[in-house]
Amino acid sequence: MSAAAHAIDHHHGPARGISRWLFTTNHKDIGTLYLWFSLAMFFLGGTFAMVIRAELFQPGLQFVDPNFFNQMTTMHGLVMVFGAVMPAFVGLANWMIPLMIGAPDMALPRMNNWSFWILPFAFLLMVSTLFMDGGGPNFGWTFYAPLSTTYAPDSVTFFIFAVHIMGASSIMGAINVIATILNMRAPGMTLMKMPLFVWTWLITAYLLLAVMPVLAGVVTMMLFDIHFGTSFFDAAGGGDPVLFQHLFWFFGHPEVYIMILPAFGIVSAIIPTFARKRLFGYDSMVYATASIAFLSFIVWAHHMFTVGMPLAGQLFFMYSTMLIAVPTGVKVFNWMSTMFKGSMTFETPMLFAIAFVVLFTLGGFTGIMLAIVPLDFQYHDSYFVVAHFHYVLVPGAIFSLMAAAYYWLPKWTGNMYDETLGKLHFWLSFIGVNVLFFPQHFLGLAGMPRRIPDYALQFADFNWISSVGGFLFGASQLVFLFVVIKCIRGGKKATDQVWEGAEGLEWTVPSPAPYHTFETPPDPKLIKAQ
Amino acid sequence: MSEHDDTGSPNARLVKRLLLGVGGMFAFGFALVPLYDVICDVTGLNGKGRTQDQYVLTEGLAPEVDEQREITMQFTVHGELVDDWKFRPSERAMVIRPGEMKRISYTVTNPYDHAVTTQAIPSVAPNVASGYLNKIECFCFEEQVLEPGQTVEMPLQFFVDPELPERVSKLTLAYRLYDISENKPAVASNR
Repeated sequence: MSAAAHAIDHHHGPARGISRWLFTTNHKDIGTLYLWFSLAMFFLGGTFAMVIRAELFQPGLQFVDPNFFNQMTTMHGLVMVFGAVMPAFVGLANWMIPLMIGAPDMALPRMNNWSFWILPFAFLLMVSTLFMDGGGPNFGWTFYAPLSTTYAPDSVTFFIFAVHIMGASSIMGAINVIATILNMRAPGMTLMKMPLFVWTWLITAYLLLAVMPVLAGVVTMMLFDIHFGTSFFDAAGGGDPVLFQHLFWFFGHPEVYIMILPAFGIVSAIIPTFARKRLFGYDSMVYATASIAFLSFIVWAHHMFTVGMPLAGQLFFMYSTMLIAVPTGVKVFNWMSTMFKGSMTFETPMLFAIAFVVLFTLGGFTGIMLAIVPLDFQYHDSYFVVAHFHYVLVPGAIFSLMAAAYYWLPKWTGNMYDETLGKLHFWLSFIGVNVLFFPQHFLGLAGMPRRIPDYALQFADFNWISSVGGFLFGASQLVFLFVVIKCIRGGKKATDQVWEGAEGLEWTVPSPAPYHTFETPPDPKLIKAQ
Repeated sequence: MSEHDDTGSPNARLVKRLLLGVGGMFAFGFALVPLYDVICDVTGLNGKGRTQDQYVLTEGLAPEVDEQREITMQFTVHGELVDDWKFRPSERAMVIRPGEMKRISYTVTNPYDHAVTTQAIPSVAPNVASGYLNKIECFCFEEQVLEPGQTVEMPLQFFVDPELPERVSKLTLAYRLYDISENKPAVASNR
């Protein structure tokens, strides 16, 4: 774009109609697109989950055949991980990072547009496989080879290309975030003055750059095994299925931190606001985040203790995994210390943030249990694992996203959301999520395997309880949708600062945030030490 | 990248570096494939036993037989072809002494009216022992072509290195047989 065109661009608002959204390079527009897309995917993945919980409501086969059930578990995982959680965090990054560091926009706005707009096509490609002959991917979101190569439905090729596109989108998004944070900070915004959300996203972006290419490599190898006669994962040709698991989890473990580090950043923004105190231990938070990111690269084999690993390997991966509890503990204690003796109020974002701290910690504890090798042999592939990762992802990542939405909605829309409905949404979600996932711990300990459409009679009671919780949690998300739409359409006008205790550059711009912000850098005096 | 580089804005330079990193990680993913094989070979993980070329026989062929020790050697077969193809070892188990040269054979029958190509893939348990099981001659070194209805007897000659750690008293050599007629892979396995 030429300098002249650029200057003109600054003097008008958004374009009208659909072209505004198709051709936009504005970080707020793209952030909004990402957030709506991820919400749509959240409901789609949620619908798949409802099918799963309906089928598991009682023993026997009720609604779907086992093959379709497997497609549901697979698609639920893929859609939630790649469609809901990751794009939602990218959306928040787009919206908030420029506002938090005093930048006029993202560093690479055209690439930003592209990284969003290839995403709907990736998911169209992937979800369309459900309507193809032989059905969609049915091998679990971890797509272990050779189940996903030799024994896969024909549609697996569409799945592979969808993953390629998602990977490209994530990589472009990550490059954009890094370039924005490193090159676009306002004068006076030193690295150690950046809000923690910016820090966690910077580290997350590096994780994305490191592991998404490995994922792309893995699915490319699958493509070659399926269509070009190679034997990367085919034992008959000299390949090795266990190699697939190593490669996948080399991507997969950093991936779980990609889904939680930005959540740490969000919670570190919200808790100080509503405790009306500065964040306790800012520096240690930064270093803890970096430590977690580093450790995430050397723990991958704890997902595959049962493949037959030498004792030394098991011990290494067990201890390195347990080590992650240390920086994570630093974070949890810092959040608690921030709240300690604070003047706390309990608006909806704070409720979600506190629930995050409590329930994410609970999920972390079961993670430590799973890290213990001899115990893992019992828990492996059981519902205990399902309970563990849903505790860190739903009341973890998803709750942080809900908290973020409530926290920044007034800044985005200029209107306060309906606090009563917000609290209703929180309490229904909080009760729902625990009724849904807590009994799954017991199911797993009692021996119920994951990814099965039917189960032995002794598991019936906890399964129906879990299903009831699932329906409650699912339905209560409609309240969220209603609150968001209501807030966009009107409501009490929000002040610029919105929250009494809120600090940071994003609260110095008007509410709603104008289409263009920080075209001139903010006054350095506004940038406070964290 | 040098400081004198005139590729324009700091963004362009940074993006170039980051893309280089992305390309590097993509290549690293593929580099892990041979690296994995090397690590498995060196550590004996995922053990398949040692083949002739990995074990250099010195004068007098086999090493000295350790008369003091007895090891139980088990032979198992598995895979979906075991029943239909009557894939069997001639003995299920035998007691051997370290250093002792032993020979057994496996039989397999092609149940179809067309020729098939098969490949057997070995696996040794426990892992730690796989570096001490030396196969001098094995049907698993190459693909086997079976004519329609043909039954073949496939030899296996091996010995166990006397250096085998004391705590190992039982060894299992497992074979899985694959029908590779349709998708004849380029990689001939000798592992």
